[in-house]
Amino acid sequence: MTQSADLILVLIILSNFVILGSRELRVCIRTAAVQGALLSVLPLLVHREPGSRAILMALGAAVVKGLVVPGFLFQAIRHVKIRHEVEPYVGFVPSLFLCAVGSGLALLFAGSLPLAPEHAGSLLVPASLATMLSGFLVLTTRRKAITQVVGYLMLENGIFIFGLLLIEAMPFLVEAGVLLDLFAGIFIMGIVLNHIQSEFSSLDTHYLSDLKD
Amino acid sequence: MPLALIFVPLLAAAVAWVIPSDRHRPLLLPAVAVVHLALTLFALAGMEKVAYGVWLQLDPLGGVTLGIVSTLFLICALYAPGYLEVRIDRPNRIVCAGMLVFLSMTSLLILSQHLGLMWVAMEATTLATAPLIYFNRTAHSLEATWKYLMIGSVGIAVALLGSLFLAYSAYLGVGESSLLFPTLLENAANFSRPWLRAGFVLLLVGYGTKMGLAPMHTWKPDAYGEAPGLVGALLAGGLTNCAFLALLRVYRIVDAGGEGVFARELLILFGLTSMAVAAVFVIRQRDLKRMLAYSSVEHMGILVIGTGIGGAGLYGAILHSLNNGLTKGVLFLAAANIHRAYKSKHLDEVSGAIARLPISGSLFLAGFFAVTGSPPFGPFVSEFTILNAAFSLGHWKVATAFLVLLGIIFIGMGGTVLAAVQGTPSDEAKATPFRDTLRTTGPIVLSMALVLLLGLWIPAPLRSLLERAAASFGGHP
Repeated sequence: MTQSADLILVLIILSNFVILGSRELRVCIRTAAVQGALLSVLPLLVHREPGSRAILMALGAAVVKGLVVPGFLFQAIRHVKIRHEVEPYVGFVPSLFLCAVGSGLALLFAGSLPLAPEHAGSLLVPASLATMLSGFLVLTTRRKAITQVVGYLMLENGIFIFGLLLIEAMPFLVEAGVLLDLFAGIFIMGIVLNHIQSEFSSLDTHYLSDLKD
Repeated sequence: MPLALIFVPLLAAAVAWVIPSDRHRPLLLPAVAVVHLALTLFALAGMEKVAYGVWLQLDPLGGVTLGIVSTLFLICALYAPGYLEVRIDRPNRIVCAGMLVFLSMTSLLILSQHLGLMWVAMEATTLATAPLIYFNRTAHSLEATWKYLMIGSVGIAVALLGSLFLAYSAYLGVGESSLLFPTLLENAANFSRPWLRAGFVLLLVGYGTKMGLAPMHTWKPDAYGEAPGLVGALLAGGLTNCAFLALLRVYRIVDAGGEGVFARELLILFGLTSMAVAAVFVIRQRDLKRMLAYSSVEHMGILVIGTGIGGAGLYGAILHSLNNGLTKGVLFLAAANIHRAYKSKHLDEVSGAIARLPISGSLFLAGFFAVTGSPPFGPFVSEFTILNAAFSLGHWKVATAFLVLLGIIFIGMGGTVLAAVQGTPSDEAKATPFRDTLRTTGPIVLSMALVLLLGLWIPAPLRSLLERAAASFGGHP
């Protein structure tokens, strides 16, 4: 059980690299969808006695993170002409390098954290840290508004993985609320993306840097 | 009762959405606001009974915040019909529905006694207010909305991680634990310290982003600058106070967990940084609404400094959240009227506001004196309480820096405000149709009267509520 969970977590870490290294917006969104789908299996594997709750949570995550949210993002770029990331603030190769260093450090750092014995050997914490870090990297170094949303999604995915440590303590209602907020958040971001696209005929965030003191 | 506070505005939001007329829809806002304030006063009168299960309960601290939000919402709701009539060229469906959802979600946040539920409500308030910033549909308001949405969402994500850290600290300390605040507080002494510390840092950064503490304040000048004054008032006086409440709730747990010293040092550090940043940007600020945004950064700093000092400082901070909230109502709504009359919020065009709009201009000037802590207004009392606490508890350096920064901000804001209200208005400004009316100035006068009243006399029931709120944190008047 733990082995299959760790396998999925390794795949999630790999998907971080794919998102950071790809120029194509479609590949980014699709990989984020795959990451969401992979995540959604985890509640079933991590829960000590998976019951209806774990199944509901897995289903909810699969629908929101794997299907609906990437769907919104594809919807948002349907009229976009330039479908690849241009000149990110940090290049693709350096950001892959940073991601590798970050993931390595996450692994080392997680080993030194005071964890409960049942979580000590698992990859949950390092994968969570690595995914959050990659999300931050995407958020801060990419110029397209849509890629920044993908970064935000990765950040949320990383937090979701960390939340699995507490799967038995967090009430279902709250889990559902968190997913609902993510859904509503990306929905509104999608609408704003559409407005940005029609206002500037571009999703480049350098158009969004006019206000300053 | 708790359910009514949450669901009345939520249902009203649905009603607002289906009302077809832009002219009639805003009238729903004052009606709902009156009902909400009545429910709030009723709830405050019999606070012990205001509970729905263990999840939703009104405690004294929540009572203060609920009172602030409900009063400020009423002031904004009374102002809204007159304002939206002036702006009848713009559809107001989203603004009306969004304001009501905001009221519903802030009520949920205030009542929720669960760490996770409180987070869900906080995020929902972000989402409800983001579309309001885009009311003017300009490129600049779009930029402001995007920044607000992204920075707010990332901040709130960090707060979620912090909440999970806090929960994990409880899990390591006492095993399976509920995340209800009373239980957390009871068990806090046994929590795992490293996770508790890390959790507090993340929660401070996360909820601090929503409050607009420097250096996480960067969304604030843009959002407050581009949003209608009505929305600015609700954000600066309502939403930020809710974020402060969330921060206080987690601070209380961290304090009970034995990391109070660490937490207080961090709070004072962030508070002084916020005041310093505000002082730098408020000087020579030529945009009235951006100036108000930096004033909001300053006052968020004052709130966390008061908390960090503790004792009477905590009482001062809670009182200050009330004073600051109502004063921000005055300033943003008066600025909105000035903006309408001059078609600008920039000193290049705005001058002679008292001549052009005698009531709004004077209120803006009075609001400036109030917000910078001049007697006899409310903020003077609360700022003085915090300062006094800082001196008497031996925080000499903090108190000195606090005083110096207050002085700089007074001078900085004064330059901008005086330039705006004095002098003679341009001919273009005289030609615009906007005039002071009872509908667009009455609510501001009401807010200003409350700010003045709070400076002169605090009614006994309110004082008792504030004292109980501070006492639940080990603070005292």
